[in-house]
Amino acid sequence: MLYIYMLGYDVDFGHMEAVSLISAPKYPEKQVGYIVTSCLLNENHDFLRLAINTVRNDIIGRNETFQCLALTLVGNIGGREFAESLAPDVQKLLLSSSCRPLVRKKAALCLLRLFRKNPDVVNVDGWADRMTQLLDERDLGVLTSSMSLLVALVSNNHEAYWTCLPKCVKILERLARNQDVPQEYTYYGIPSPWLQVKTMRALQYFPTIEDPNTRRTLFEVLQWILMGTDVVKNVNKNNASHAVLFEALALVMHLDAEKEMMSQCVALLGKFIAVREPNIRYLGLENMTRMLIVADVQESIKRHQAQIITSLKDPDIRRALDLLYGMCDITNAKDIVEELLQYLNSADFTMREELSLKAAILAEKFAPDLSWYVDVILQLIEKAGDFISDDIWFRVVQFVTNNDDLQPYAAAKAKEYLEKPAVDEKMVKVCAYILGEYSHLLARRPGCSPKEIFSIIHEKLPSVSTTTIPLLLSAYAKILMHTQPPDQVLQNQIWTIFTKYESCIDAEIQQRAVEYFALSRKGAAVMDILAEMPKFPERQSSLIKKAEDAEADTAEQSALKLRAQQQPSNALVVTDQHPSNGEPPPVFVGQLSVVKAPNMNNTKDHYSTEHVLSQENGNLSQVDQQPPSADPLSDLLGPLAIEGPPGATVQYENSAVSELESGPDVVDGSAIVPVEVGTNTIQPIGNIAVRFHALCLKDSGVLYEDPYIQIGIKAEWRAHQGRLVLFLGNKNTSPLVSVQALILPPAHLKMELSLVPDTIPPRAQVQCPLEVVNLRPSRDVAVLDFSYKFGTHMVNIKLRLPAVLNKFLQPLPVSAEEFFPQWRSLSGPPSKLQEVVRGVRPMALPEMANLLHSYRIAISPGLDPNPNNLVASTTFYSEDTRAIVCLVRIETDPADRTQLRMTLASGDPTLTFELKEFIKEQLVSIPTVAQAPTPPPPAAPPTPQIPPNDPAALLADLL
Amino acid sequence: MGIRFILMVNKQGQTRLAQYFEWLTLEERRALEGEIVRKCLARNEQQCSFVEHRNYKIVYRRYASLFFLVGVDNDENELAILEFIHLLVETMDRHFGNVCELDIMFHLEKAHFMLEEMVMNGCIVETSKANILTPVQLLEKT
Repeated sequence: MLYIYMLGYDVDFGHMEAVSLISAPKYPEKQVGYIVTSCLLNENHDFLRLAINTVRNDIIGRNETFQCLALTLVGNIGGREFAESLAPDVQKLLLSSSCRPLVRKKAALCLLRLFRKNPDVVNVDGWADRMTQLLDERDLGVLTSSMSLLVALVSNNHEAYWTCLPKCVKILERLARNQDVPQEYTYYGIPSPWLQVKTMRALQYFPTIEDPNTRRTLFEVLQWILMGTDVVKNVNKNNASHAVLFEALALVMHLDAEKEMMSQCVALLGKFIAVREPNIRYLGLENMTRMLIVADVQESIKRHQAQIITSLKDPDIRRALDLLYGMCDITNAKDIVEELLQYLNSADFTMREELSLKAAILAEKFAPDLSWYVDVILQLIEKAGDFISDDIWFRVVQFVTNNDDLQPYAAAKAKEYLEKPAVDEKMVKVCAYILGEYSHLLARRPGCSPKEIFSIIHEKLPSVSTTTIPLLLSAYAKILMHTQPPDQVLQNQIWTIFTKYESCIDAEIQQRAVEYFALSRKGAAVMDILAEMPKFPERQSSLIKKAEDAEADTAEQSALKLRAQQQPSNALVVTDQHPSNGEPPPVFVGQLSVVKAPNMNNTKDHYSTEHVLSQENGNLSQVDQQPPSADPLSDLLGPLAIEGPPGATVQYENSAVSELESGPDVVDGSAIVPVEVGTNTIQPIGNIAVRFHALCLKDSGVLYEDPYIQIGIKAEWRAHQGRLVLFLGNKNTSPLVSVQALILPPAHLKMELSLVPDTIPPRAQVQCPLEVVNLRPSRDVAVLDFSYKFGTHMVNIKLRLPAVLNKFLQPLPVSAEEFFPQWRSLSGPPSKLQEVVRGVRPMALPEMANLLHSYRIAISPGLDPNPNNLVASTTFYSEDTRAIVCLVRIETDPADRTQLRMTLASGDPTLTFELKEFIKEQLVSIPTVAQAPTPPPPAAPPTPQIPPNDPAALLADLL
Repeated sequence: MGIRFILMVNKQGQTRLAQYFEWLTLEERRALEGEIVRKCLARNEQQCSFVEHRNYKIVYRRYASLFFLVGVDNDENELAILEFIHLLVETMDRHFGNVCELDIMFHLEKAHFMLEEMVMNGCIVETSKANILTPVQLLEKT
């Protein structure tokens, strides 16, 4: 049956059979049953419920082999249910001394599985000690599996397990130096390489080692490993020892060891990249790349440059390329780029695109002089024209345009390249462009008369595709314009071409031909008196000016941008010259704006972040200047309060009331009733709004603090339920009295706060649990009305509680197979809503992805073919709706980061709407700057702004 | 989680043994196997035994006509996995005596038992050959 399954057929007819075999009394039958079950079923399968009892009986039973089988099953496919019912038994087995190692090692990994399913099964405090005990184990099998468990635990929370650290070091010492290992666990003379690797991996999860003794021992061991490993004949032994060695290297890097040790590592790596064994060479290169990040060693790595360059010839050149890319700087850029160019000739086809992109970036970043850069790029285009993306040549054009000194040189070069017999189409594009613009600068040189230039370009015309022809036409027009006095023969030639293309089927070409023809005729007529014509070049250059203005520091920025994207062909290529009608010289509009788009964008980004920052500062200081009386409330109501003139409390309250009444869904204050704040003279510490927003993202932290009291919060969320604990801490040496806490829950939340004591003793902390049940999706926020009396001060504060929509989300990554059917099945409002959001706080795509992620919305990369779009999904839990899958798609515009289009779909219309508004709020406002400083008319009653289903949207729906 | 799957594939690209430590549907498995096998079988001797595929790495090793492919997380130690494959082969060798493709085909369940003993939930449990083989021998006795 397994065989059938493996061949790719569904065998659900046999599932029942397999599960019932588990409860068979005989070993072979049971064995088969277990194995088949664990291979065929997954953790959510219904049949597993049937088996859960048998499995449990086996685990607590006496028969060791049965125990093993059951543990293996659970370890492989155990789900949450298993975790809850079996965890204690498994723990007992793991720790009991009466069990044989055979059972215990399985128990360790079984527990690991259960821990992954439900982290609560391992109690942090108690386990650290038990783990240390476990690590004293002599049996290597148990040790290996315990180490895996430890790695998982430590990666989750390294602080709790620091006691295990010395143990790990000891194990490592025992294995590596003393070779104190039973015969059967040595592998080609190496004491269990896997355990060594695992141990070192575990050590990498601890940030640093404080204890100097442990540290020294560890370094001694590492030193021993580094020195003691040598290349040997036997492949297996060689591999195993190098496995250990590489892990040791990683550990050394992690520990940030002394310089001496580092350079020793680099020397070792240098040796590796020279060996013949491809695996070791590959890893050597990879580790060297990693090492670059650690810094300090660049100089020593550079010594190996020659060797790395030879490795480029490897079949697996990726690593070498990455490394070269990383180590390149101003001193060696010229050599490296030239090597890359040379290599480009022989490189594998799949590699060429990446190779040329990297070469282009490096050339741009570290160009010692611009003519060299132009050379490099032109060579690049010549050698790998098919593989480079358009933005590379856009960049050259941009550079040339902006550097007057460069223009003659570039034009000469372009001519040179174009004269060659077989020229790539991209090359034709660049050269035609440059020649069209600047060939007049060469006019005095021999062989560069407009006529000759024209004939050079024109030679290429028959061989190019329709996208290039417009460029050529423009070049002709320009040459013609620059030829003064006009050359009749040339003019006629060019006119013939224009007339020929006037009837071209391609709209773009046709348009241009007609326009140029008309223009140049007109030009010829008026050129003698020099009246109208100069406009043409004028306008041209004004466009260029714009481009210049827009790119302040382009080299750096675009390199960064390219680097960030790594994928060359998105941002810039999107806009492919649209047929522009109307504009007389439509030629370069399309292109230049394409070129400059990202730069504009970048500068704008910079500008606006600065702007936002300054705003933020302004806001903060403003808050501080507020009269104390209005403070807590002002923070709650954000923009309203800031506007409120000092002292005019009553008026302000009135306005607040009226505004509250006018819109039931006002900013955040739906549940706030204006209160008497006159007696309140306590100044909070820190910005309440900031704290609230921080708590929206994490589950514990400080909600409020003033000189007398600190309110902390700790929350746990599970599906639609939540449990918050409020920590009320008295910071003073005298008690706080008349403490009152009242929860004002919005309609969609059911909240129960346990009793809050009337008095908080001096320097004491009181915990008040608060149960939350989410009934329906809504963005409203619960408010805690808290008051206390200190001395004669009566303090009353209203705090928003971070029980917000995103807490009831559970990230859910989906695959394309799951996503698309659902996306299609939810069509149109109200289940699926779409909105164009403007005024978005500009952020890069990864940043936005992070933001969504922090709101527990999982991004599914790669689902959307357009890299500027994000597709994400999550599950929402509430009592009414149970679990609902929500799908999100955000389309961004790389040219304008302040707007995006958002589409949301879920099975529940309210949820769709609420979630859309929620995400929008997060995207539009930066949390600390509560909307704009001027109070906008508080959110008009929420009317779903569903744009009419335009065809584009319909198309987009189909992705 | 370490190891994600272990595949044994012959030279013709037919899967001989497959063990997954993460749940994939049948279609996903088929697609994945197809992609990987095409990728790995096309490589030659001079290339290294590690291939990056999607978001994880594949470590492979060839024994006569049989390819052993192991999918691992990106941060896993490649050489250690490479040697783990060899250990697996040695273990099978010890049990079957000069193991070949047919042994695995006809004693699929035993191969699974061994694997089960060595890897659990994507982590290596046992590396001592004797310990791995005890349960399998026990099975034969009864």
